Amino acid sequence: MSEEVLVEQKSELEERFPDISRDERKGYAGFIVPPEKIVEFATGLRDEFGYDFLSSVTGVDYLPEDQMEVVYHAYKTTGGPELVYKVQVPRDNPVVPSLTPFFPGADLQEREAWDLVGIRFEGHPNLKRVLTWEGFEGHPLQKDWQEPFYEEDGKPFKSRWPGGDVIRSEDNNPFNKNVDYPEGFDPALWEPVGESAVYAGVGRLDHAVSETALSTDQIVVNLGPQHPSTHGVFRMVVRLEGETVVDLEPVMGYLHRNHEKIGERNTFLMNIPFTDRLDYFNSMSNNFGYVLAVEKLMGTKPPERAEYLRVMMAELTRIVNHLAAIGFLLNDLGAFFTPLLYAFEERELILDIFEAVSGSRMMCNYYRFAGMARDLPEGVFEQVKSFVLDRLPRKIDDLDTFLTNNEIIRARTIGIGVLTAEQAITHSAVGPVLRASGVPYDIRRADPYGIYDRFEFDVAVRYHGDIYDRYLIRLDEIRQSIRILEQVIRDMPEGPIQEGKPQYQVRVPPGEAYGRVEGPKGELGFYVVSNGKPNPWRYHVRAPSFINLTPLGVMGKNYMIADVVTILGSIDIVLGETDR
Amino acid sequence: MTDELNSPGYDIPPEMDGQVAITTLDKVYNWSRRNSIWPMMFGLACCGIEMICAATSRFDFSRFGMEVMRPSPRQSDLMIVSGTVTKKMIPQIVRLYNQMPEPKYVLAMGACASGGGPFKEGYSVVDGVDKFIPVDVYVPGCPPTPQALLHGLITLQKKIDMQSIKNVRWYSKDPVEAIPIPVLGPDLMDPREFELIKEYSAEKQVEEGELPVVDEA
Repeated sequence: MSEEVLVEQKSELEERFPDISRDERKGYAGFIVPPEKIVEFATGLRDEFGYDFLSSVTGVDYLPEDQMEVVYHAYKTTGGPELVYKVQVPRDNPVVPSLTPFFPGADLQEREAWDLVGIRFEGHPNLKRVLTWEGFEGHPLQKDWQEPFYEEDGKPFKSRWPGGDVIRSEDNNPFNKNVDYPEGFDPALWEPVGESAVYAGVGRLDHAVSETALSTDQIVVNLGPQHPSTHGVFRMVVRLEGETVVDLEPVMGYLHRNHEKIGERNTFLMNIPFTDRLDYFNSMSNNFGYVLAVEKLMGTKPPERAEYLRVMMAELTRIVNHLAAIGFLLNDLGAFFTPLLYAFEERELILDIFEAVSGSRMMCNYYRFAGMARDLPEGVFEQVKSFVLDRLPRKIDDLDTFLTNNEIIRARTIGIGVLTAEQAITHSAVGPVLRASGVPYDIRRADPYGIYDRFEFDVAVRYHGDIYDRYLIRLDEIRQSIRILEQVIRDMPEGPIQEGKPQYQVRVPPGEAYGRVEGPKGELGFYVVSNGKPNPWRYHVRAPSFINLTPLGVMGKNYMIADVVTILGSIDIVLGETDR
Repeated sequence: MTDELNSPGYDIPPEMDGQVAITTLDKVYNWSRRNSIWPMMFGLACCGIEMICAATSRFDFSRFGMEVMRPSPRQSDLMIVSGTVTKKMIPQIVRLYNQMPEPKYVLAMGACASGGGPFKEGYSVVDGVDKFIPVDVYVPGCPPTPQALLHGLITLQKKIDMQSIKNVRWYSKDPVEAIPIPVLGPDLMDPREFELIKEYSAEKQVEEGELPVVDEA
């Protein structure tokens, strides 16, 4: 979409909604909507202007201005750049009408904003803490909230340098542990509320009249956080009628590692290795999204060879992820470990390439602002070439042959866990989940970043929205990635890999930026606010694994409990990213 | 292997050499235990993926008798704490540890489980699982490579070799106490520290000047 069209559309919007104003702050874009108009604006935008996909909702605490802001990013599923709109509320009483009744996809994100930033969403049906636990003291992403091991607002900490002696944080804490308690607190009087709150969501024991002849009691079953099928430390609480799931509540936060709080203490460069640990299967794509966001703020671009390297690594990562996803999905179906062994064999070969270029198998830390960390070592390009051109297509065909027409797989997956296109869009599902439901939305095509507009590939799409299609689409996407890689290998130019000199401390002008990539799991977005200091003011990750769990309830209901495990496997979550 | 078993420190007469094995009960006991360590199938974070890699064909820890990963703590001997331990997760980990039958071992895999790692400063991360449960082997790395994990497992085997039936804790007369399960309050609370927490909070209150400080009048 060209600039003129955008400007034209903006004035159209202002005409339609006279109460909104443009965000005039330097480096910012979008509109500021008064809190009482937000529901009207968001639904109007969806119904009249085609911005049907509410991608990201997050809160920012502007302490110096004494206000809080909720930032919304909306898109059209037909493609094009984002529309940003914001709601500003006073800091002492941050209440915003909830969008969840109109956009169910905002559900978990609003809960997260309440949990971490402390913005209350009026009208939200289930406004509970999501990443921390019920009873947790304070809202950690408020700028005046300090963690127990607090040292300073921003790194590098003076205490570590230049004295030379490292001070261990636990030595300064009275408990020698990472804990702190409010004043006047008496643990003997404390009653934990967390568990009962979890079960209250599904624990309604009203005796539903069964349609079958046998009348059975409904029971509540807890799955996880230590359960082999939950892909880590995810937890589901389900209410069962017989074996059929009647109600389902995802519980998360068991791997909440304070990515965003630590990210705000870090300098911009220090955050790159932390993004590796978000979705630990795809560290390369995570790096990609983050450096894109910061490059938008800085207004720089990497040189040509670096652009090609980026695409190459991102596509190899996608193959790694989809192989693992297929392997784990088969694990969940009961094909224990054998398909996974085949998938991991190929994964290991790609990890060898990653280790050669970056020095680490999983935590690559390979992208830099306006460039890459280092060039390909000798021989690696040939390694990639022979792997991608000769070996991989054959191996993918093998997987396809052995799995796709397997009778058990077909019986267990076709028609199970159906998510319609409409549901997928309203629940803000992204990536393979959205495309398997028949919405051909791929950011590489819809809103190209980097040099993706140069490559020829098809946006994989399937139409049934069941587990089988979510499996097939991953195979399709691996094949498309191979196609892109072929073109990258053909066109890879020589030249520098870093624009200017590599810098430890980058200067980032004040402003906001949202960088998003089509990660293997879907839209991975980084919302970065800078105030000109060495550390980001706000650093938010729009995590596809987290938001893709919103439709889990819709997909899982009315299927057997054994199917819910497979449905979860077909969404392909990684807990490092879900909980951050 | 037989040489390993067959060296109890007694001299075997030359005519019986190669026909009779003399060993100690400790050696047989440890030899069989160390070659059948069943780890718990329990991945926490990034390190969990490397743990899976260590189980796949390229690294294959079944060569050391460890391929049987059990999802149930009741059937496992070794808890590989593979990843960041958060405050929300530690009650479950302690409970799982208590549920494991003796003899049991804990391997802290990676920087996070050993001491908090890169996320140590975060508000909801436990800075080292050894603050709550006893750890036998630490494996450094972020994440450790599968080779490093294998090295850690072999180190654990060496540790098992050094134990003696005479003084192991699971054959002692006193029952082994279960570790009290931490409680999630405003922050993570260890039940053993309740008094300390109360004192600390009261002191903090005085410092903040919320309670009227008793004056000399």
